[in-house]
Formats: sequence, structure tokens, C-alpha cells
Amino acid sequence: MNLTLFVWRQEAASSAGSFVEYALDGVSEDSSFLEMLDMLNEKLVESGHQPVAFEHDCREGICGSCSMSINGRPHGPKRLTTACQLHMRMFKDGDVIYVEPFRAGAFPVVKDLVTNRSAFDRIQQAGGFVSVQTGAAPEANATPIEKDHADEAFDAAACIGCGACVAACPNGSAMLFTAAKVSHLALLPQGQPERSARVAKMVEQMDSEMFGGCTNHGECQEACPKGISIKYIAQMNRDFISAAVRKARSLRGAMRAQ
Amino acid sequence: MSLTLNSKIPSGPLEGKWQKHKASIKLVNPANKRKYSVIVVGTGLAGASAAASFGELGYRVKAFCFQDSPRRAHSIAAQGGINAAKNYQNDGDSVHRLFYDTIKGGDFRAREANVYRLAELSVNIIDQCVAQGVPFAREYGGLLANRSFGGAQVSRTFYAKGQTGQQLLLGAYGALNRQIAAGTVEMHSSTEMLDLIVADGRCRGIVTRNLRTGRVESHLADAVVLGTGGYSTVFYLSTNAKGCNVSAIWRAYRHGAGMANPCFTQIHPTSIPVSGEHQSKLTLMSESLRNDGRVWVPKKKGDTRAPGEIPEHERDYYLERRYPSFGNLSPRDIASRAAKERCDAGYGVGPMGLGVYLDFSDAIKRLGLSAIESRYGNLFDMYSNISGENPYEVPMRIYPAPHYTMGGLWVDYNLMTTVPGLFAIGEANFSDHGANRLGASALMQGLCDGYFVIPYTIGDYLAGEKPGASAADAAEAKAAEERAAKRLGSLLALKGKLPVDHYHRRLGRIMWDKCGMSRSKEGLQGAIQSISALREEFWQNASVTGGGSELNQELEKAGRVADFFEFAELMCLDALNRNESCGGHFREEYQTEDGEAKRNDAEYCYAAVWSGRASGGHELSKEPLQFENVHLTTRSYK
Amino acid sequence: MSLVRDFYGSTIGKKVVMALTGLVLVGFAVGHMAGNLKVFAGADATTGVYKIDHYGEFLREIGSEMLGRAGFLWIVRAILLTCVVLHAASGIQLARLNRKAKPAGYKVSSYRSANAASRTMLYGGLFLIAFIVFHILHLTTGTVHYRGFVEGAVYANLYAAFQSPAVAGFYLLSMALLALHLYHGTWSMFQTLGVDAPNWNGTLRAAAKVVALALFVGFSAVPVSIFGGLLKPPAVQSASN
Repeated sequence: MNLTLFVWRQEAASSAGSFVEYALDGVSEDSSFLEMLDMLNEKLVESGHQPVAFEHDCREGICGSCSMSINGRPHGPKRLTTACQLHMRMFKDGDVIYVEPFRAGAFPVVKDLVTNRSAFDRIQQAGGFVSVQTGAAPEANATPIEKDHADEAFDAAACIGCGACVAACPNGSAMLFTAAKVSHLALLPQGQPERSARVAKMVEQMDSEMFGGCTNHGECQEACPKGISIKYIAQMNRDFISAAVRKARSLRGAMRAQ
Repeated sequence: MSLTLNSKIPSGPLEGKWQKHKASIKLVNPANKRKYSVIVVGTGLAGASAAASFGELGYRVKAFCFQDSPRRAHSIAAQGGINAAKNYQNDGDSVHRLFYDTIKGGDFRAREANVYRLAELSVNIIDQCVAQGVPFAREYGGLLANRSFGGAQVSRTFYAKGQTGQQLLLGAYGALNRQIAAGTVEMHSSTEMLDLIVADGRCRGIVTRNLRTGRVESHLADAVVLGTGGYSTVFYLSTNAKGCNVSAIWRAYRHGAGMANPCFTQIHPTSIPVSGEHQSKLTLMSESLRNDGRVWVPKKKGDTRAPGEIPEHERDYYLERRYPSFGNLSPRDIASRAAKERCDAGYGVGPMGLGVYLDFSDAIKRLGLSAIESRYGNLFDMYSNISGENPYEVPMRIYPAPHYTMGGLWVDYNLMTTVPGLFAIGEANFSDHGANRLGASALMQGLCDGYFVIPYTIGDYLAGEKPGASAADAAEAKAAEERAAKRLGSLLALKGKLPVDHYHRRLGRIMWDKCGMSRSKEGLQGAIQSISALREEFWQNASVTGGGSELNQELEKAGRVADFFEFAELMCLDALNRNESCGGHFREEYQTEDGEAKRNDAEYCYAAVWSGRASGGHELSKEPLQFENVHLTTRSYK
Repeated sequence: MSLVRDFYGSTIGKKVVMALTGLVLVGFAVGHMAGNLKVFAGADATTGVYKIDHYGEFLREIGSEMLGRAGFLWIVRAILLTCVVLHAASGIQLARLNRKAKPAGYKVSSYRSANAASRTMLYGGLFLIAFIVFHILHLTTGTVHYRGFVEGAVYANLYAAFQSPAVAGFYLLSMALLALHLYHGTWSMFQTLGVDAPNWNGTLRAAAKVVALALFVGFSAVPVSIFGGLLKPPAVQSASN
């Protein structure tokens, strides 16, 4: 098939970017979107031009590296599918395709389609873990976990950290990502001791990273390649409120005790 | 130079070796630990768990990964599960049985002591991961669920749908994050190791390039741990991530670290077949699918009928036919070779004839569609995304693909390489899987090394070292930086016609044809010549665009491919040296009448450890493998 | 106090403030609408006083022994004003933040679940503030009521006001925008307060729709009925009561 691509080219974070038009012929319908970009890049290199920089690694939809918006949609038109798993049979011969980086204030462009998503790591570092020392774990079957809870925790934990939720959100909000992380541990007995502190710290970090707030558009769950539901956002809100109430209570208790 | 290989395996009975070793190795005083610094390269299961554990112990840790986040290391893509000898199913499993299965699965080419330790520690891994909040699959009673995997007759595999690696890595990443937040681990993402710093015969640090800014710098430490994974991408097409590479361990080799059994590579039987020239990687379909899927090809050669039109009596369920007791759950090397045999004989299916069917219609009839959907839903979705076919209705087409490399840096019982102060963990070392790895054992080994072995054994080395860098170290760091910069310069000077990928693809083709699923003397000799010719051409005619002080993915690829060219030659050399067939290494000259691998224990019961000669050649040393607790038998899954 | 500051300082805290104040305002709107429907109850057979006029008087008299005449009403008004101010302030702060967090959009943009309601919350909200100001000046103080406003003569004031097609039209438009605002706002409130469970979401979405629609129909009934001649002109004596 023959395609017309408009690809966002930007040399560095500080430079201005623009769309550059490329005509690409002979694309196989069986190739993935990234393989189509590989083809473009090989042509660019062969003609002495700089190839399009884009993040990718596992190419099987799990590492969360690929991060481009295709025709205005993070990861492209197909639901529950990362760009690396999007195949060209989704497009028609003669299509015009716009390829852009994930757009969000908290994800500055590094080069072409590559953005800096390190804010996600910092949110996780703020408390997205269970504080268990290596070797200090009790016998695994000592605490049975209701299958439904374990499954629900898994559904939240399926997040691949790609950032499509932020990129799709009209507010550039990271609520779905943070909520998935918070909820995964909030739904398991192992996550209970640090539950309140965790949600407070992770939300604080999220807010300090220039992400927007949630206005419940629901675009994030539509864009999420792993189908993570906004019910986890509600769950996180609930946890956040109850953490605040708990803190207020313990402060009042401390004041009384004085 | 020939290597001195002291494996440091503790004496005494197998069951007590590790406990005894732990009790006798040197310790670093807790107050002194913060004076020692450790570098960990790679943040997959092995690297992340090691870095986190070092941090917890109080060492000053620097961790590096080339991905933009430690969470994206390729362990994340492991699908099926992780083995542990918990015997929750009461089906007769035990540490000894897991040990034996692993040794046998590896076709008796792994060290007994290491494998026993792995089996022994496997139970701790599950405890650790559950405590971290890894959401393993559970039964309705709330207890952990298990499934069976190839090469075992017990059900000991723990899993989290088809995303076990992801969930385990997120657990290790959480532990790592906790240490980053605590300030004990300094994380360097988007940073690639270019070279090692070796001074006075000890490994003292690494030289890195920041992939976003291009900045080259050196980091000194008291020990360096490589958890940099395997080299399956030497085949270009593999199930590994595009970024996986051999560079870190190859740089180590160039500094004198022994490379063991590089020809032991695993070809996984259930990958989605190649669809055309555009193909950039192969996608694995978890081996767990073989629990319920039946593998078959038509009985008639070149049968082009749709699978649904081929009646039952015209189907050849060749795995069930050849290996009645293990059937579709035969080990990977056996299942892969059997598929290749059928396809080479002209019974393959699909447009290129390079595929066999994996059919779920019986399982769907027996268990119902929803049961199959809940077990394998995400894998089926992935398959239909890639192939455009619906596996609930049409059997999947699968074909073997390079997946894992059992070979790697030689390490002793402490996981230290032949370069003092340089350690290798996880897939990067050679220690536990022999000539073939059983399913669900890679995750086990990565976490075992990272959480439970190296945190102890590194102390044995560090306790004998004075902490901190000397003037000689600093001077060597500077020299290493300059060498790295010079090498980058020569890569950037490549201004030929063809992209780096072009050469990688051609190298992969040679390796797949001549050093892949089956190998022969002539083929390997030819391959060594073709590789060398192609390498010449690469340095003449490859093109690397852009500059060094920016994000430059062509430059990254060029460095890795240049290392692959050198490594590929050694791989062929090793395959050529090993005049036997064992595990994943199948030499056409050495097979039984019915086409099974023919081992040669009298002459090849050793780990082949290679070292680079100053003149540029490679020298072989041997670590004989002693089996005191198992009898070497012909592996039979019939 | 740092606790409050920390809470409000977070985006979720601001949204909780929006949700809680929104809840009060929705509650008020429902009550107000229900009260409005008394316009259809006609006049008391013996006194000839319109039921709705009586209702207005009743509101002024609640708790008057303790709080004085209309004291309760003023308390309610103060609460409502506080809610409006907090709701608007947090909303505007969030909107500014959100705009900064999304400096550039896509060349081709295509939304999947964001809708007219969710995307007009800010402008709709600002419009509603303007409407509330007008509405108070119009039917509470009578300042901009140009057809002989008489305090307490609710029925007559309404009747007179909605003779004008412009006024009736403006009220209808405002109520439509209110419904749109509440359609997303009510659902959003549930989400923000964490009232969300997969089995419930359909019900909650439906509840948000019902509230929005009920308020639109209920509020619009008055101007439509008056302008459309369904309600009779006021009897003269009621105005002087």
C-alpha cells in the first residue's frame, strides 16, 4: 500500500518542531506501524537524511516504550493496542497519517517522537511499593487473598507505564496512571500498612510534576492499551480522602493528648 | 592466555553446600558497607533485584539501564511463569525434583551445585514476590494457583495471566524505587555501558554514554555487576526486545572475562511465524499454550487445504506421536527441532511453509470458550493483532524462534567472572541452564541471583578489598573514556550507503541458517568466513547519520551490531568445537537414527570457556562438569 | 491549618471541594425547582393567596423566632454564596493548571468519550454565574425587573417577567446550559468522591442524566407555561397582599 505520512520532526527539546511530509510506497499490510517507520527510516538513511527518532523496545506491547500519537490518538486508532502491535492492515491504501509525539506538558519532547516520561518513575519512587526487605517475607500462602481481589489488583497492575493516558487527556493528567499504581497495592493485603501514606505521597508527587487535574472526560481509559478502567481513579480519590480524614483525626488526637 | 577456572564450589553434600558456603564466606561489617560502592548494569529481574538488595544492605549503588525507565527491561515481556518447588499441589514436587528436572532439561551441561542452589532458593522467591504485592493467579480459596510447563511432570509454575515477567519486574522495580527514594541507589536511565574500567587486574567501574545527551563519562566503584541479559538478537529476528544486545558482556570478554558455552542458544517452539521481509522481531506465544493446545501438521505433504477442512485422520500430532509421555509438553529444544523437522520435510503450513498448527479446538470443546479466554485471552488477542486471524476459530500457526541464550559469562559459585570484581547475574551468565533452559526457569534464575545469591557472595569479594578509588583507577577511567570516545568517533565516521539494520539483518540470516536450530561443521566454517566478510563490508559501507552529542539511535545500533559481528564468530567457533548434540545445540553429524540429539559425555562433559587472545584469536579453557548426585542418562521424553 | 492547605493544594483536594460544593448546589437546585412547581398549585381557595407566594413567605419565616425574619434565608444564602465562590475558584484554578499541563494539542484531534458537557464545564460554569447574578437582580431584588416588581408577589412577578420572549428565552437557554453542566458535573462528583463501582457506574451515569433532565424540565416548565399561556394572569388582589 502507498501512504502519505506527516511526521513531527523536532531536533531537540529547545528547538521548534514541524510536520514533514513523506510519501511511502510498498508498505506491507502485515507489517506493524513501527516496521512501517523502520522502512521509512531505512529510506531516509539511504538518502543521507536523519531517521525519525522514536522509542520502541519489546515490540510486543508490554514494555511501554512506544509512545506516539497516530492521527491524534495515542497508539493510534485501534483500541487496546500499542503502536508496536498496531498493524498496517488497519489502514487503507492512500491514507494520510499524522504521527506526533505524546503531547503533554509533563512529557517534554526530547527529539522527534521521543518524549521524556521520567515523571512516571518519580511518582513510583514516591511510594509505589511495599516496604519489604529482601528475605523478610512470610510464607506466600500464609495470607489467602480472595481471587476477585487478586484479579482486580492484577487488572490495575497491568499498566505498562506508556503514558497514553496522559497523552490522551485534554488536561494532560496522570490520574489514571497514578490510580492504577495506587489501586494495585490498595487492593492487596500486603499494601494495607502503607496505604494512606502511599496515596498521599504519590498524589503529591504527581501534582508537582506539571500534570493536570482530572475532569472525568474518560479519554484516558479509552486510550489505555491495557484497558485500565477509571474506576481506579474513583478508588484513588476515595483513598486520598480517607487518608486526609485519617490524618486529621490523628492530628486531633495528638492535640488532645498534649 | 589460558584461564584459571576455580569454580569455588563448596565441598560436602549437595543439600548443604549453600548453607555451608553462606556460613563461611567473608562478611562486610554493616558500618563499612556504605564505604563500598557497587555498579549494577541492567535493571531487569536480576539487575533490579540485585541493586535493590545491595541498597537495603547499605552499599552505595549506581544502577544503569539503556531504557528510559528501569521498568522497561526485557524481563517485562516474559509471559508464562516462574517455577518454584513449593509443592502446593501435593503432586510430589520437591527441591530435589526441581533440581533434577533442571539438570536433565539442560541436557547435563550445567553445574550441579548452582542448579541445586537455584531450586533450593526458588521457594523464597515466591514468598518475596507475594510480599511485594505481585498479583499471582489464585484459586477460589485464595491460595496461589499453579500450572504445568514443558519438561516437568509436576505443576509448579506460578503465574500472573500471561504477564508474569511484567508483574515480577514491577515488584523488583518497586524494591528498586524504594532504594532510589531512600538515596541508597542512584539510578541512571537512558544510559548505556560502553566499556569496563579494569585496573590492576580488577574491575573498577564502567564508561557510559547518556543516550539522550550523548555525554560520555566514567563511573568508578568497588565492584561491577552485569545483569545485561542475553544475546538472542545476534539472530536479528528473535523474541527479544530490539534493544537487547551483547555489548556489555562482550566488552567484559575483551577485558579478559571468560565466555562460557556461547553456542548454547534456545530456540523457542511457539512463536508467530515470519510474515515477510519487513519483519523486525518475532513474537512469542507463551509455552503455557501447549498445556491446552495440540500441535499438528497435515499428514499429506504440501497440503494447502484450510485447517478446518483437514479431517482428524489426516492430521499428524507429531509431538504426541514421537513423545507419548510428554507429548505437547516436551522441552523446548525437542519441540522446536520436531517442528523444524516436519517443515523441512515439506509438511509445514502457512504461506511460507514455515509453520505448524497449535490447535485449541479440543480444549475449547472440553473446557468451554470462556475458560480458554480467561487462561490465554491476552495471548489470543496478541496473536490476532499480529496475524489478523482469530485463534478461537482457526488454529494458531507457530514456528520456532530464538528466545534465550544459556551461554554467557563464565562465573564461579559466587557469580564472579574471571575478572576479579566483575560479576554476572541472570541471563548474562552461563551458570544454571546447561544446554537448554526449561520454561519458567529464567525468571526464577534472575530473581534468585539478584535477591538471594549475589547480595551474600559479593561481600566475600568486597571484604578483601579496600574501598574507594585509587589514583591508578582514576587514570584508567580517563583512558577508558578516551577509548570509548574514539570508538564512537569511528562509528560516527561510517558514511557509507546502507543502514546498520541492513547489516544486522544479514548477520542474523547467516546465524539463523548456520548456527541456529541445527548446525554442521561445513555450515559453521562457512559462517565464520561469511561473518568476517560481512563485517568488512559493514565497516566499509554502513552509514551512521547524525552526531554524537544528541539522541542518535543509529549510533546506538551501530555500536551493538559491531560487537555482534565479533561475538557471532565466537559463537560459531564454540558450536564448531562441540562435536556432539546436546540441548539447544544440535550438530547434524551427531544424531541418533531417529533424529534425536546424541550427546558425547566422554569428550564434551565440560563448560567451554573462551578467552580473547591478545593476538585477536580466541582460546578455549575447559571446566569439567562433575555429576555426583545424578546419573548422566540419555534424555528421553518418550 | 497546613492540613487544609495541603488538601486543597492537591488537584484531588480541589476537586473534592468542587464536588462537595457542587453537591450542595445541586441539592439547592433540586429544592428550588421543586419549590417553583408550586406555581402550578394555584391560589388558596379561602384567602386567594397564591400557594407559591405563601411558600416564599414560609421560607422567610423559618426559624424567625430565633433568627429573626428571613434570618434562616440569609444563612442559606451565605452558604450558597460560599459554595458558589469555592466551586468557581477551585474550578478556575484547576482549569488554569490543566491548560498549562496541555500546552499543545494534536494536529487532528478526535475524542472518544469527552463530550460537549465535559468540555464546556468552565465556560458553562462562568455563564451560570452570570445567570445567577442576573436571576437575583431579576426575581429576588427586582432591580432589573421592568414590569412592576412587587416583593413577595412571586406569582405576579413571574407572570410579568415571562411575558417577554427574550427573558423566557434567556431562562430556557440558561436552564439548558445548567442541565449540560450538571449532566457531567453530577457524574463527575460521584467519581471524585470515589462513589464508583463497576456494577454501579451505569446507575450513576443514569442518575446524573435524570438529575440534569429533571432540573431542565422542572425549571423550564415555569417560563414555558407562562409564556405559552398555560397559566392564568394573576388576580389583582394577590399582588397587594
